[in-house]
Amino acid sequence: MNFSEVFKQSNQLCKVSPDGKYLATCVQYRLVVRDISTLQILQLYTCLDQVSHMEWSSDSLFILCAMYKRGLVQVWSLEQPDWHCKIDEGSIGLVSSRWSPDGRHILNTTEFHLRITVWSLCTKAVSYIKYPKACQKGIDFSTDGSYMALAERRDCKDCISIFVCDDWHLLRHFETETQDLAGLEWSPNGCVLAVWDSCLEYKVLLYSLDGRLLSTYSAYEWSLGVKSVSWSPSSQFLAIGSYDEKVRILNHITWKKIVQFEHPAVIENTKTVYKEVEKRPAEVRDEFSLHNVTMDSTLFSTQSKYEICSLPVQIPAVKPDPDRANPKIGVSVLAFSSDSRYLATKNGDFQVQSLKWHCNGDSVILLGKEQLCLCYMDTEQEEKLNS
Amino acid sequence: MPDSSQVKDARRCSVECGTPPLRHFSQSSLALPRNSQSLRTFCTEHNMQECLSYIKQEVSLLSLSPFWTELDDDSQLNVVAVLNCMYDLIQLHHRSLRTLENMEMEQLKLSSYVDNLKTNNTHLKEEVELSKRQNTGLLERERQLHLKLKSLQSSLKNEKDEVQKLQNITSSRACQYNHEMKRRERELNKLRERLNQLLADKKERKQTIDLLNNLGRADGKRSLWKTEKTEAKHEEEMYRTLLSDYELRQRELALENKELRKVMQQIKKEMVSILKSRKLALKEEKQELNGMQTASDDEENEVFDSSKESLELFCIHAREKLTNSIRLQWRRLKSHVEKLDSQGVDDVSREEKEEMDRLKLEIQQCKDFIQTQQHLLQRQLSSPIDQDSASLQNDGLMLQEKMRLSEEWKSLEEQRRIFERERRNYTEAAIRLSHERKIFEEDRALWLKQQFLSMSPFGNSNQPHLLKSASALLITETEVGSLNASEMPHECQSVLVSQKSRSVSLTSSSTDDLESALCLIPENGSSEHRKSELFGDFNSLHENVPLRRKQWKESKDLSSHSLSEENSTA
Repeated sequence: MNFSEVFKQSNQLCKVSPDGKYLATCVQYRLVVRDISTLQILQLYTCLDQVSHMEWSSDSLFILCAMYKRGLVQVWSLEQPDWHCKIDEGSIGLVSSRWSPDGRHILNTTEFHLRITVWSLCTKAVSYIKYPKACQKGIDFSTDGSYMALAERRDCKDCISIFVCDDWHLLRHFETETQDLAGLEWSPNGCVLAVWDSCLEYKVLLYSLDGRLLSTYSAYEWSLGVKSVSWSPSSQFLAIGSYDEKVRILNHITWKKIVQFEHPAVIENTKTVYKEVEKRPAEVRDEFSLHNVTMDSTLFSTQSKYEICSLPVQIPAVKPDPDRANPKIGVSVLAFSSDSRYLATKNGDFQVQSLKWHCNGDSVILLGKEQLCLCYMDTEQEEKLNS
Repeated sequence: MPDSSQVKDARRCSVECGTPPLRHFSQSSLALPRNSQSLRTFCTEHNMQECLSYIKQEVSLLSLSPFWTELDDDSQLNVVAVLNCMYDLIQLHHRSLRTLENMEMEQLKLSSYVDNLKTNNTHLKEEVELSKRQNTGLLERERQLHLKLKSLQSSLKNEKDEVQKLQNITSSRACQYNHEMKRRERELNKLRERLNQLLADKKERKQTIDLLNNLGRADGKRSLWKTEKTEAKHEEEMYRTLLSDYELRQRELALENKELRKVMQQIKKEMVSILKSRKLALKEEKQELNGMQTASDDEENEVFDSSKESLELFCIHAREKLTNSIRLQWRRLKSHVEKLDSQGVDDVSREEKEEMDRLKLEIQQCKDFIQTQQHLLQRQLSSPIDQDSASLQNDGLMLQEKMRLSEEWKSLEEQRRIFERERRNYTEAAIRLSHERKIFEEDRALWLKQQFLSMSPFGNSNQPHLLKSASALLITETEVGSLNASEMPHECQSVLVSQKSRSVSLTSSSTDDLESALCLIPENGSSEHRKSELFGDFNSLHENVPLRRKQWKESKDLSSHSLSEENSTA
């Protein structure tokens, strides 16, 4: 594997355009756009302050740079480098900023989640959405970009508004039966909205596009509940990872649990377990990785390699601090492969921040704090790759 | 005899007196008047002496004072003594009566005591029984209580665990709430600060947007006004997506259903066929009510087959029928399989036995065969042993000879091959040689012709050559040879090369050249000696011409020989 030279970036703002042709990185207050094949700098833009958030528009023509401290959003155009756009939120502040699916509207969430301002780049029109909820994932666009679901809280009750992204027409507004809505997610086919409660209550609600409650699912009471939720790309399965270290999968026909995966402390009945062994000069620290993960050694100073452990394997369990909230136990990351055949999960306190599958479904990338690991899945053999 | 009877009677009386029942004793024993006659009959005037002696005897036995004086023969009875004796006897009697009474009393007492004891015993036994039963009852209760205790303890443990768990939960929830509270409080504080700041802040920065120019819509279309129509359209769009999704799902489910139904029907068909075959087999073996059942099954199957084909199987009844019939068939199949398993074990064992028998038979046959073979072999072996051992040796010798012969044959074959090769080479060489000779002859002829033609009647350098006819020819030959010397060596060299013989340097004079050229052919690389001979002969041409010719011819022959030799040695 070849590596390019190292480019600077700040705030982990480094994104490839949706059409895959360009790479945009932010270095302090500069925005650098490169061609992805040659890595030549194509454009260089200067923002007014250090960029906190950067996002490509869906048609890869515009880039949004948000500076939360200053409450500014600047939009740059790739086709016309002279074109500029600056949105100043004023004294109301800015907490988050994002594109709409059509790439012509910008949604800014003001400080304290007072409201969401929808700026139109086509007409300079402004719309406001009141009382958005400040939660883990309060806003979600459907995959085809036609609908937006927004969690709101009015009069101490959670509700959801569904907007048509075309003209921001409020399609549906309904209350949810949650105590404290933590997140919502559209199914990939855009017909079902999964809504889950905060960790104090295990409750997953499924609403159809027109606002009807299809089903409720609750695995248990009282203990800490849902930690992460993920749809399968075919919309057939909904995987729910919870604080009890289990993953439950619901099917889309009956919305009942079809299977339950556990993450026991002693692994006994899997095919292979790979254990990452790090060799640092000072100490030896062992990191266990997930099921069916391949491994390799790194090129950097801390040599880590993976070795195949013979079953049964004991995973070191870290007891969470009982006095702290949001304990680091439970299934925090879920990722379905693109053909819905495999599910990668992360349980516990491992240094894996994200899991992403390749679109052809045979490799998965594990991102850690300092390292990343590319894992290829093969029925015959398992190849290794590292980075 | 009257005396003996009297004595007997007396005895009897005494016995009677001694052993009458206690109760009757006081009445009957003292009833002397009954026995008075017998007493009187005891002693009569005739047997006085005997009676007296007897009484004396008895008295002495009883250790009473004697009442007779033994001085007299007449035995005068001392009446006082007799009275005393009688008194003693009466005393004795009273005493004995008293003791008898006492004893009776004792006996009564004891019997009553025994009765008492008996009743006590029975009472106590009953009590023991009762207490035993009570004991078992108590043990039973104790056991139950133990069990209850255990269950209560386990439930207590469970409860404790649950309490612990709930405590953990509540603590984590409390932790979470606290965290949330703190977060909200922080947010509230921030809000307050912000509010204060805003109130204090005079200039309020408004929201602005600064665009260079408006962009077009992503899809290129113009935006529409928000009207009811658009709203309705949106609704329609939404419902359409939902409907399409439902339709898709329904289609998928319908396909799945179809597949499953097909599979079910297939299974049913197969099961039916299996059952039919099995039922036929069973029918052959035993005729039971199964016949009735099979008939009904067949009917049902037939009915259902036809219905299957005709109906669409979309109605619930048909579906239920199908599933029920499949379940039924499956149960029957299972039972049949179980039966057959139990039978099959026997069958298998039977088959195994048959197999084993067959194999054993085979083994036996083979063994017999082997034995006969062995016998024959031994006989064969033994019969030559009867003959001379020389024959054996002969055999050995024969083998050796055979081997030798084969080796010789091999070597001969090799030699033959070599000879073949040599012959081939030789023939090739001979052919080549002939070719070259032909060429040479042609050249020579040509040269001679040329010479002859070029020969002029006027003398010149060539004349002296012509005068000596023989030599002239030769000289001309030599000249030719010298002229052609340049050509010759090439040919000869080629011949040389082909013959693999040593090349001879051709830098000498013309005659030498000719000679060398002529000698090249016989040159065989074997003997310089011959060469030197031939060279040596060149000095006198005249003499040696025919000789040389001969030599040349010989040398040619030699060359052929040498060729062969060369080849043989090669």
